[in-house]
Amino acid sequence: MPSHVLLQVKNLKKYFPIQKGILRRVVGHVRAVDGVNFFIKEGETLSLVGESGCGKTTTGRTILRLIEPTEGEVLLRYREPTNGRQKYREINITTAPPALIKTLRRYMQVIYQDPYSSLNARMTVGSIIGEPLLVHGISKGEEREEQVRELLVAVGMNPDHISRYPHEFSGGQRQRIAIARALALKPHLVVADEPVSALDVSIRAQVLNLLKSLQGEFKLTYLFITHDLSVIRYISDRVAVMYLGKIVESASTEEVFNNPKHPYTEALISAIPVPDPDYKTRRILLQGDVPSPANPPAGCYFHPRCRYVKEVCKREAPAYLDLGGGHFVACHVADQLDLQPIRRR
Amino acid sequence: MQLLLEVKDLKTHFHTEYGVVRAVDGVSFIVEPGQTVGIVGESGCGKSVTALSIMGLIRQPGKIVGGEIVYHTNGKSINIAKLDPTGKQIRSIRGNEIAMIFQEPMTSLNPVFTVGNQIMESIILHQQFHKRDARERAIQMLDKVGIPLPEQRVDDYPHQLSGGMRQRAMIAMALSCRPSLLIADEPTTALDVTIQAQVLDLMIDLRDEFKTSIIMITHDLGVIAGMADKVIVMYLGRVVEQSEVRSVFHDPKHPYTQGLMDSIPSIASPEIMLNPIKGVVPDPLDAPPGCGFEPRCPKSMGVCAMNVPSLRKVAPDHWAACWLYE
Repeated sequence: MPSHVLLQVKNLKKYFPIQKGILRRVVGHVRAVDGVNFFIKEGETLSLVGESGCGKTTTGRTILRLIEPTEGEVLLRYREPTNGRQKYREINITTAPPALIKTLRRYMQVIYQDPYSSLNARMTVGSIIGEPLLVHGISKGEEREEQVRELLVAVGMNPDHISRYPHEFSGGQRQRIAIARALALKPHLVVADEPVSALDVSIRAQVLNLLKSLQGEFKLTYLFITHDLSVIRYISDRVAVMYLGKIVESASTEEVFNNPKHPYTEALISAIPVPDPDYKTRRILLQGDVPSPANPPAGCYFHPRCRYVKEVCKREAPAYLDLGGGHFVACHVADQLDLQPIRRR
Repeated sequence: MQLLLEVKDLKTHFHTEYGVVRAVDGVSFIVEPGQTVGIVGESGCGKSVTALSIMGLIRQPGKIVGGEIVYHTNGKSINIAKLDPTGKQIRSIRGNEIAMIFQEPMTSLNPVFTVGNQIMESIILHQQFHKRDARERAIQMLDKVGIPLPEQRVDDYPHQLSGGMRQRAMIAMALSCRPSLLIADEPTTALDVTIQAQVLDLMIDLRDEFKTSIIMITHDLGVIAGMADKVIVMYLGRVVEQSEVRSVFHDPKHPYTQGLMDSIPSIASPEIMLNPIKGVVPDPLDAPPGCGFEPRCPKSMGVCAMNVPSLRKVAPDHWAACWLYE
């Protein structure tokens, strides 16, 4: 794995069995994640974008091994703190034994969408944020409290609120608490699963700015999972677009918005409601809904909704091609298409 | 000027055990025939309560404590605020002349009746159709909202439809009696981007075809920009700005509206740093005595803390409630 890469995902698959009858016979599989490949460089933000059911959340959870993958590799590079000298290690998360996984959790943390359900209502803010410090034996007692206070300050909260309970805070403040908890162990990688989707517009902007500034301060690498393309444009360095369990396109953020190569990316970009009454765009309306991942169409999964569909698309699944410059796309006709980019005013 | 709906100084308060929540506190606006009015604001600003007041759907502990909602129909004017919320008169308007679609189609459709049955119910009730004709009308409406194979889908239950389809069925139901006013409360918030685009396009087409006025309630300024003729910005139960759509996006006058605009990432120029509004919306039980936005306002002055500003004309077709313009 190249030295600037922090996380590399190779052919990751997660199939959920569909069981029927009293014998719970397996009658099929939901292919939530179906052969995903990507990498994240150290210090960057990679956004995973797609619509509900495309497998973006399952991908995030499988990487953290909160759910067991069916197939594939997830390689993580981490710095082991050995007295003074930092040693780099590389590990395959998918095959790591449970004891090692617990150690690895120090290096990868998660922030969830809904801060109302991700914080334990019976614990104080201090014990929520301080729990990872206890679990990993990093600090206790006064030292721990001091660290928690520092974390509260880092996320823009009043350190004197340490003994309050989650219900005493608004949604935005709760999300700040969840962020502080994720940062307590000074992780390398933070998987942020729709961290601002449940928040109001003005609060969302506060949290986005906070995530951006913390990235520099704590040297974080983000895997940012979201369906909101305007947020992606603001926060990420690179984007991977998912559709029905597969990544259909990935490139730098600028490239994805200005030079999309996959018809699905083009449709997504054109569907963003732009807050400007004079902005007239050719909105590309996709026909129908996303097919079921339990019974995906033959050939290219996107072909029933694609306006550029060719015969070959109905038969063969496209390869994930390298177009150069870090731009990858899975489309048979990508090189023949002239797709509509985002319009600049 | 022809008018369809006039909301005058509407006050809807909720008398809870903790105190009085002034969810809507002196809201006024008008809707002209064929016009689309967008109401924007963050959670708790009173936009949904305004809609429910117009529909006569406010229930205990809520109550319309002041103001008028005048609905003009066939030369008559009816003050909805004064009607018995369960009486005959409001029931002949609700669902017939003023219809509403909600955010979450799964919870607003009845799971034990077919989609067709639910659409037919209001047609039979309001338009005195026979069952067979009502079914024809229901199929026709499903076809209009772009549901494929409407003759078969009419017998489907809500769970057999996808999210986007359910929202289409809701729209079919709302428009089945050809209402003159449609209230849409966050109609696309629960939908995916590509499905949202489909539903918004559909609403624009149907509005133009049926000449329906729409009150569009949303927190998404992008949706408003694409659809509304007029925009109302609400904060803590009051209207802080009201304007023709271009004017409010290009030259927002109220500091809250300006803050909102600076809080959304621009898809066209991502390099601009977001400049969010500081702090949070105050607890409605403990609302500030003066301008509701004063504690968060970067331009607050001495007068703001104790005195509520009124809506003033600040430009053609543009009003703002702020002491900066008094």
